[in-house]
Amino acid sequence: MSETSAAPLVSIEGLKMYFPIHAGLFRRHVGDIKAVDDISLEIFEGETLGLVGESGCGKSTVGRATLRLYDITAGSITIDGTNTSKINQADLRRFRPRMQMIFQDPQGSLNPRMNVADIVGEPLDEHMSLSRDERLARIHELLDAVGLNRSFANRYPHEFSGGQRQRIGIARALALNPKFIVCDEPISALDVSIQAQVVNLLEDLQKKFGLTYLFISHDLSMVHHIADRVAVMYLGKIVELAPRDQLFNSPLHPYTQALLSAVPEPNPARQNTRVHIVLKGDVPSPSDPPAGCNFCTRCPKAIDICHHLEPQTIEIEPGRFAACHLLESATKVA
Amino acid sequence: MPEKRPAVLDVKDIETVFNTRRGTIHAVNSVSFSLEPGELLGVVGESGSGKSVTMMSLIGLLPTPPARVTGGYVKFDNIDLLKADAQQLRAVRGAKIGFIFQDPMTSLNPVLTIGFQLMEPLRTHMGMKKAAAKKRAVELLDLVGMPDAERRLSDFPHQFSGGMRQRVVIAMALACDPKVLIADEPTTALDVTIQAQILELVKDLRRKLGMAIIWITHDLGVVAGIADRVMVMYGGQIVEQAPVRELFENPQHPYTRALIETVPDIGAERPERLRTVEGQPSILYARPSACSFRTRCAHAFERCGKENPPLLVTDKAHHVACFWDSATGEPRNV
Ligand SMILES: Nc1ncnc2c1ncn2[C@@H]1O[C@H](COP(=O)(O)OP(=O)(O)OP(=O)(O)O)[C@@H](O)[C@H]1O
Ligand SMILES: Nc1ncnc2c1ncn2[C@@H]1O[C@H](COP(=O)(O)OP(=O)(O)O)[C@@H](O)[C@H]1O
Ligand code: SF4
Ligand code: SF4
Ligand SMILES: [Mg+2]
Ligand SMILES: [Mg+2]
Repeated sequence: MSETSAAPLVSIEGLKMYFPIHAGLFRRHVGDIKAVDDISLEIFEGETLGLVGESGCGKSTVGRATLRLYDITAGSITIDGTNTSKINQADLRRFRPRMQMIFQDPQGSLNPRMNVADIVGEPLDEHMSLSRDERLARIHELLDAVGLNRSFANRYPHEFSGGQRQRIGIARALALNPKFIVCDEPISALDVSIQAQVVNLLEDLQKKFGLTYLFISHDLSMVHHIADRVAVMYLGKIVELAPRDQLFNSPLHPYTQALLSAVPEPNPARQNTRVHIVLKGDVPSPSDPPAGCNFCTRCPKAIDICHHLEPQTIEIEPGRFAACHLLESATKVA
Repeated sequence: MPEKRPAVLDVKDIETVFNTRRGTIHAVNSVSFSLEPGELLGVVGESGSGKSVTMMSLIGLLPTPPARVTGGYVKFDNIDLLKADAQQLRAVRGAKIGFIFQDPMTSLNPVLTIGFQLMEPLRTHMGMKKAAAKKRAVELLDLVGMPDAERRLSDFPHQFSGGMRQRVVIAMALACDPKVLIADEPTTALDVTIQAQILELVKDLRRKLGMAIIWITHDLGVVAGIADRVMVMYGGQIVEQAPVRELFENPQHPYTRALIETVPDIGAERPERLRTVEGQPSILYARPSACSFRTRCAHAFERCGKENPPLLVTDKAHHVACFWDSATGEPRNV
């Protein structure tokens, strides 16, 4: 579906999202958590861009900043032709219907005191003025779309299973006919047998309504299934971005290589043919990233220069981006 | 035929119920298995299938009430753990059977240094003097790959990352040279690259120490990589059990087959749609008198609603609880 000839629906340039650290008696600003540190990417109309990386690397922050749930530190965000990066929160309301979010924890993101009809209907009440009948008809239409029985409309979230709650969250996100949806770990809290149901639903809805997804996940097998292109994050930066098959078949960046090799292999027959790259140590703190390449403290291929010079993102082949000194010299030689 | 060594743990017909306001939940229904010395037994199944409750029943870790183990025996070290008194159980739990939980903070006390927490069982169960216990504590931390072990003895749990905390918990579980280690989803909360580190560590520890391990997980990829034998649970019962390769190459129970098919496989051709198991597991308010999987099973037929299939031995080491014969695609003649 993702043809690079399509126009980008979302473009992000030089996005930074820093969270200030305050300390001491006078709550002085002593530093920043660089949750997202200068990333650029485009998401094409109708495609799914997967965003992967380890816990704390900044995936959710990218998603939330893209929807302007934060006032961003720097950079520009353009969604469907509108530059939303500088619009104040009050004026953003007008744009909210176009962009929505689905959360990881279907339990926590649904108000336990509201019934399903009100949860799904709330965005309609906020942004449209429908008659009672129109409202109910729309709610039923949405429940049908996500495969929930209309008779559930009067029930409360605690009466549902995790997978059903996620469907309620999806119905709510669809209420205002959005073009763009950020799915932040939408299946992580679900059981394997239920995950596949939700992923199939997201794919069906995408086809039916022409949706564009930013699909955030740490589950690489699911991203392999659902994404057209994939961006890999490490410590606030995108280290590699490529079409799905290229990224999975021939990862270029040492971190992507290690991340893919760490995915447990569900086929015991292939177990011994896999190369295992076991990274040493932990991810450094985003408030104190290392000098040079962010990955240099764990990179099995690091060379001298990596410890003091930050690698630039380069387009290695059309549509394939990576940031690593080893790849710079490779392209120079070529 | 090689002589069979006696099992380290012999579990027979365990039944566990929870008394709740809504009724009695039959969480574990006649579970039997044995654990060979040095073996790694993987236990898989979706959440609520009874994995944790089964293992916690073995060594009296469940809160009573609401839980009650109503039947069966657990032979370990020539005693029946279900009949053991509190003092005997404490001795077994602290020293002979180690337990690791999903959340390392379940096992760690946030206000005590990890040095103290590691040395405590060594002094009470092994009667070590302070200096000897300290030396052993450093050895244990080295063993689990903790850099700078000696200095870190005086650190508190919050000063460690999630992966490092899980290493500390593994060190604690290994402190008194257990014969059996029970690990309940020990890597589920960790990132893949950190999970890969822990899995390498466990393989290495097995080679060095040779204890038997029960590894609970919902991730088939994880069991494929480390288990010798796998037990699949559904509705509080073992529905299939086989050596790891046999299970993946020749899964016989419809639930196991579905589980293997729903997990997307990075190494294989990407299917247009994911296979799903429709529906969701139901909570058992009575002892099952029919197959618990029948509402979701594509092969269910009349008999499945009338009797609960017993665990049949289909091959020397392959056991399956199903009336349908996967080899012929027909009902079984038993
Ligand atoms: N509101 C906030 N204030 C301060 N720090 C924050 C805030 N939100 C996120 N961070 C920090 O920013 C970094 C990135 O967080 P983020 O939630 O984006 O990670 P993530 O990749 O989504 O992780 P996970 O996989 O665990 O969801 C982390 O170090 C986090 O602690
Ligand atoms: N404290 C409890 N009170 C009531 N029911 C419980 C309790 N703990 C577990 N159960 C029930 O026991 C069954 C098995 O749970 P569990 O062993 O935790 O599943 P698993 O570890 O396989 O995810 C489930 O139906 C669960 O709801
Ligand atoms: S720039 Fe250096 S440290 Fe960074 S990924 Fe490349 S080789 Fe590794
Ligand atoms: S016994 Fe019947 S319902 Fe149960 S798994 Fe087998 S075929 Fe399906
Ligand atoms: Mg997140
Ligand atoms: Mg459990």
